[in-house]
Amino acid sequence: MTSSLPDDDTLTETGLELRSRGRVLLIACGALAREILALTRLNGWSHIDLACLPAKLHNRPALIPEAVRGRIQRARKQGYTGIHVVYADCGTGGLLDRVCEEEGVSRIEGPHCYSFFDGNDAFAERSEDEVGAFYLTDFLARQFDALVWRGMGLDRHPELRDLYFGNYDRVVFLAQTEDPALETRARAAADRLGLAFEKRVTGYGDLAGFVSAAAQG
Amino acid sequence: MAEEDDIILSELDDEELVQQMHDDLYDGLKDEIVESVNILLERGWVPYDVLTKALVEGMRIVGIDFRDGILFVPEVLLAANAMKAGMGVLKPLLAETGAPRLGTMVIGTVKGDIHDIGKNLVSMMMEGAGFEVYDLGINNPVENYLEAIETHKPDILGMSALLTTTMPYMKVVIDTMKEKGIRDDYVVLVGGAPLNEEFGKAIGADAYCRDAAVAVETAKSFMSRKHNQAAAAG
Repeated sequence: MTSSLPDDDTLTETGLELRSRGRVLLIACGALAREILALTRLNGWSHIDLACLPAKLHNRPALIPEAVRGRIQRARKQGYTGIHVVYADCGTGGLLDRVCEEEGVSRIEGPHCYSFFDGNDAFAERSEDEVGAFYLTDFLARQFDALVWRGMGLDRHPELRDLYFGNYDRVVFLAQTEDPALETRARAAADRLGLAFEKRVTGYGDLAGFVSAAAQG
Repeated sequence: MAEEDDIILSELDDEELVQQMHDDLYDGLKDEIVESVNILLERGWVPYDVLTKALVEGMRIVGIDFRDGILFVPEVLLAANAMKAGMGVLKPLLAETGAPRLGTMVIGTVKGDIHDIGKNLVSMMMEGAGFEVYDLGINNPVENYLEAIETHKPDILGMSALLTTTMPYMKVVIDTMKEKGIRDDYVVLVGGAPLNEEFGKAIGADAYCRDAAVAVETAKSFMSRKHNQAAAAG
């Protein structure tokens, strides 16, 4: 896997196909491309290829299970010996798990990427204290305009902001990297939503272990 | 959808005005809806007819286009806001004029979940359909549901969740109702984006409702069965 990463808008709208001669394919959300590539490059896992579905599916989770199934079936025809799904449940209410079971592939554990970046156990422990948290990751901070502001129609109807976010009390920025510019963007997003701001550096959390296990398998 | 600039609502006849209200609801025009509601009332319409023929029918059209992927959440929210404004005018009058009541519902978003857009839409559409609705708001532990059903003795209990992590709490509520021997006293309807019919069955709900319009139809259907059973028993 040697090709370069496309820009974030492409990851949101189109997704990504980075294939070389890998034997293992990770099928992931476009929102995770940068982090997965960082892990595979850092560890020299050149036998891993990456296919990302458009990150905009984040706003239409009902479409995720069958989109993933379609890519799994294509991966089989492409001859991959190992196929792994790097999507959390992502609001599919267990339907993505059913697809993975039916197709016989593994999926990273967790209800959302926020959870596995934070570490699923820690995230679950904090859940009662963070009922009012709206989470951003590095990708969501970069793509806040596309996925949140425009994605929820707030560019056309800013008056809906409090209907969507009135029950939240804060933005929690789960940072995968230490990047002051990104923190500024996340803080600005919190301001636009009228919410308090918190930052928590998570690194790659449980994602690292999952990609490592996929590399071994 | 409509060319608003040239239209003087008060100059439209009843049929045209009702059609215009459907268009204005579709376009989320709150002020125009309130104005039209008042015009119909001034013309002697009974509040129940304004509600059902203008507002509920308009929202039914919005619901169909949402289901068909023509409208999206922001547009539905604007339409709902417009309907809510119209209902604000009608609600006190409906009580005074003895509008028909189909039944009573207690509804709330479950513990750990603060999302209420869908739940609020269901509440409003259920009210529009003639149900008395007690809305418990968000983040409700089982105790809140039990207290509310004890107090209000509803026909229907509705629960909503938007998160994969919070939807299992609906089973906690239903299981607690079973333990207390009151589960079968109520129709339990569940809804929320990550839910599906299979989940509804698995947790022991009476029905999963995929949107507000389905919730209303399902509630009506259960109430009709209840009345039929009562009639048969009598």
